[in-house]
Amino acid sequence: MELSGADILIQSLKDEGVEYIFGYPGGAVLHIYDALFKQEAVKHILVRHEQGATHAADGYARSTGKPGVVLVTSGPGATNAITGIATAYMDSIPMVVLSGQVPSPVIGSDAFQEVDMVGISRPCVKHNFLVKDVSLIAETIKKAFYVASSGRPGPVVVDIPKDITDPRIKVPYKYPKKVHIRSYNPATTGHKGQIKKAVDLLLEAERPMIYSGGGVVLGEASKELTELSRLLGYPVTNTLMGLGAFPATDKQFIGMLGMHGTYEANMGMHESDLIIAVGARFDDRVTGKLDQFCPYAKIIHIDIDPASISKTVKVDVPIVGEVKPVLEQMIELLKESKKEPNKKALEAWWQQIKQWQNLDCLSYDHDSQLIKPQFVIEQLYEVTKGEAFVTSDVGQHQMWAAQYYKFDKPRRWINSGGLGTMGFGLPAAIGVKLAHPDADVACVTGEASIQMCIQELSTALQYKTPLKIINLNNRYMGMVRQWQEFSYESRYSHSYLDTIPDFVKLAEAYGHVGMRIDKPDEVRPTLEKAFALKDRTVFLDIITDQTENVFPMIEAGKAHHDMKLRVAPGINTDTELA
Amino acid sequence: MRHIISILMENESGALSRVAGLFSARGYNIESLTVAPTEDPSLSRMTLVTTGSDQIIEQITKQLNKLIDVVKLIDLAESAHIERELMLIKVKTTEINREEIRSMADIFRGRILDITPTTYVIELTGPSEKLDAFIAAIDRDSIIEVVRSGATGISRGEKGLHL
Repeated sequence: MELSGADILIQSLKDEGVEYIFGYPGGAVLHIYDALFKQEAVKHILVRHEQGATHAADGYARSTGKPGVVLVTSGPGATNAITGIATAYMDSIPMVVLSGQVPSPVIGSDAFQEVDMVGISRPCVKHNFLVKDVSLIAETIKKAFYVASSGRPGPVVVDIPKDITDPRIKVPYKYPKKVHIRSYNPATTGHKGQIKKAVDLLLEAERPMIYSGGGVVLGEASKELTELSRLLGYPVTNTLMGLGAFPATDKQFIGMLGMHGTYEANMGMHESDLIIAVGARFDDRVTGKLDQFCPYAKIIHIDIDPASISKTVKVDVPIVGEVKPVLEQMIELLKESKKEPNKKALEAWWQQIKQWQNLDCLSYDHDSQLIKPQFVIEQLYEVTKGEAFVTSDVGQHQMWAAQYYKFDKPRRWINSGGLGTMGFGLPAAIGVKLAHPDADVACVTGEASIQMCIQELSTALQYKTPLKIINLNNRYMGMVRQWQEFSYESRYSHSYLDTIPDFVKLAEAYGHVGMRIDKPDEVRPTLEKAFALKDRTVFLDIITDQTENVFPMIEAGKAHHDMKLRVAPGINTDTELA
Repeated sequence: MRHIISILMENESGALSRVAGLFSARGYNIESLTVAPTEDPSLSRMTLVTTGSDQIIEQITKQLNKLIDVVKLIDLAESAHIERELMLIKVKTTEINREEIRSMADIFRGRILDITPTTYVIELTGPSEKLDAFIAAIDRDSIIEVVRSGATGISRGEKGLHL
């Protein structure tokens, strides 16, 4: 079968099983768009800005585990996609981005809409390719999907000069079943000796902590993590990216850790004598001050990426491998072992944890006349019965969603953790809804974040992806305001939005339903009303208490036991920021 | 500590910039870098000299290994190895110092490649330290220009960096 480059590209996507492609046409990709027009298997979602395309593909990928696919044109199309590519890169999300390029003969001549996409994207992709010949398209696409979704996943860019997709030049097509890249052999199973050593250490521990991250979600290892944790009976804390990997309603779950983690999780880490890090990368928002991180603990670290091991925190037992098979092996060894966890020590440890839990670090004022954002998230959890997919933007609302929505399943909590990209939530929600048309999809956002990709409301209408947008509107960039309050003597430099649109009218202008509330007793009925409108996108503009802050908080550069709490229980309340 | 990292990588455009980009993005030092194709035209061999604590060198080698274009690498400093660098140095000569510079080149086993009434071009190979020593030994003011290839190296014995 002889096909043109453009047809080969689309046929390759079909053969790869691609369902959706998120994109925006332009000069350099017109041949490709013409090929798209002639078929129906690969459905194209026309976004309103290329950043939206990458986030939508990202949301699709995070909620399904399958790579998200993006198609953008050269120059500004490609540069607009960069933020979304970097977002996916920081959170290890599989994505394949196809970017058009000016025709090969004019590359390097500063041609119209030319940009060195391979060069610009290099620092924020797992790998990238420039296709130099029509006959290489199929193989390159196969390689791109293989690299993006194997090992530690990540985005891959394939830059395609326009002449390569010329409809007049046809070559034989065959999509490779498998590709081999001699220099790329990601680890699979872990080292047996190390796993044995880890199990021995686990059974000797007196104050153990299971610290699990996004790698468990990416590696589809929630079941195994849960089984191991229950077998041991040890406390579990999740990172922001790991929420849902272990059920939040389980009695062994002691909340998220890190900068806005719970008191019990952070104190637990600090006092622990054995940490097992599972698919987590010791991010600075998790560790706080490095030289005071878990001072009494031996550390076991399971990660697929050897470069993640001992990058910031030196570990005692590194295990390089896919989380799932490693955990399976551990479970097997534990079941075979004659030794059991130290019951007495564990009892005392849980006693200590209960004491910390008694502090009720997530409590807030329930009698306020103003809507408390935490209350909204709790109500959202109840109204959706904990079953919704929740996307978020970045800031206070993100932390509240993470703290108060109890995720029991993986892939339900969709947020930009590593890069912290405002504008992520709405387009990501579109991608999630396309992949899960029957599920409730809520986008928890703020009036600042939502405006960064607001144009995608139009996309949501076109493709009939009914979303519920929960806009926690306090007129401030809340997290910026919070930091300014704590460490800049409340000098709120440019964090207040003097003018914001009438979101109800805006939603209506985009063809959706808008609702606004400002009283606590309106929250529940309005949420119920919104979720009852199954086939409509509802923009819920919720006017919240402007002074509310996210607690607990470990300020930058401080250690886990040095937390700022809402009610100071005689522990450190120092407000100085590093 | 100084490390010589020897890298076998795909001989493709862009491979070099991935390595250079990694070093600048993560704030690692590059003291010198040299690269050329091997006997297998699909592979290039790069020798990179860098400095850093053990922890940094460990990260550098891990991060390099993550690059898809990197096939294999070794840290030559970890075992017995031979290091060589080529230097071409052009010096101003006068009737008084001509003889002295020539004998200096002899002592360092250098070769004089070009002679004019007022200059010499001297070729010198050896470990980078030896080239440093030569520069230190001759009069600074007489140096017109110095070209160094950057260090390259190979391990001793049967062990080797190959596919």
